[in-house]
Amino acid sequence: MSLYVQLALSFALLSILAVGGGTAVLPEMQTLLAHQFGISHTQFVHIYSMGQVAPGPNMLMVLVIGFQVAGLVGAGVVLLAFFLPSSILCFYVGRVWNRFGDSPWRRSIQNALEPISIGLMASGVYAVAKASIVSPITLALALVTLYLILRTKINPVFVILGSGMIGAILIKYLG
Amino acid sequence: MSSELQEVSPQLNPPGLHDIFMQFFIIGAISFGGGIIAYERILLVEKRKWLSSDAFMGYLAISQTMPGLNSVNLAVLAGDHLRGVRGAISAALGLILPGSLFVLAIGIAYAKNTDHPLANLILAGIAAAACGLLAAITYRIGEDHWRHLKSLVIIVTTFCLMSIVKLSLPLVLLIMAPVCLYLYRPSAKS
Repeated sequence: MSLYVQLALSFALLSILAVGGGTAVLPEMQTLLAHQFGISHTQFVHIYSMGQVAPGPNMLMVLVIGFQVAGLVGAGVVLLAFFLPSSILCFYVGRVWNRFGDSPWRRSIQNALEPISIGLMASGVYAVAKASIVSPITLALALVTLYLILRTKINPVFVILGSGMIGAILIKYLG
Repeated sequence: MSSELQEVSPQLNPPGLHDIFMQFFIIGAISFGGGIIAYERILLVEKRKWLSSDAFMGYLAISQTMPGLNSVNLAVLAGDHLRGVRGAISAALGLILPGSLFVLAIGIAYAKNTDHPLANLILAGIAAAACGLLAAITYRIGEDHWRHLKSLVIIVTTFCLMSIVKLSLPLVLLIMAPVCLYLYRPSAKS
């Protein structure tokens, strides 16, 4: 029982600390997991890459940590603890945001945050690029995708899946 | 009064909860390699037109400045906008369910320690394309910000603080938000 409580408290804390998404708390998470649950560095890296492989938010890999520590119930506890506190907070901030209505400050705040948001997205692109563009082939795939998304109306899903197939063939025979 | 009603109550023909859940479920199932914000923008602004480009931008800004995962926060805000609390829950659940099942499945298989070289090759291509997609959507989200000097300076400064100086996000926000709020204060000319 206390193990579940410990898991819930740890991940609820990480949830609230995770300003700007999960990657911000990765170092804290790793230290905390090593101390409290004896998750080794190698284990952590493996679990982290599972999140990279899975669709959806990469940080869903916290479920695997919950699973390793306390089985399926542990995974459920971690899911709730990691997603509920931040989601509830964001929900209410969104409500307050809508209450602002047509107040000039709402416009000001949004105008001020917009370029910051775009800068952060650009940093996100940079971070993803560092991890995913590792060869001329991956660079070409990224650039072709960029072109196709901006210039055509092809469904992005097909572009992504197509890139996976073509990439696998190219890397296998040329890479 | 009327404007407040319009703001708080969801839109005229709100989509069903099942529809919201399924649309976010699809995003959750296909968004390999990150860049979920890109898929969310395509769904919300382009495909279904559930949000205006401006409303999306406002919600994105909140999602990024609040703790939690940006994509999940955005789903919560968009879901609430469409169908209130239940919409928020449907959207967030839809988004995280496929990946949760996927990650748990590999987590359970992890014990066996098997390696799949072909899967790794496919994922390399998927991750590269996801990067291109994210870049495209970042460009599109920026809209005319790219052409305004003031916006451009803020974008570049934020990027440098984050990616070159490598400050933590809370610190970047602490530096940039007050400066930008001052620059865009209500009395200032835009």
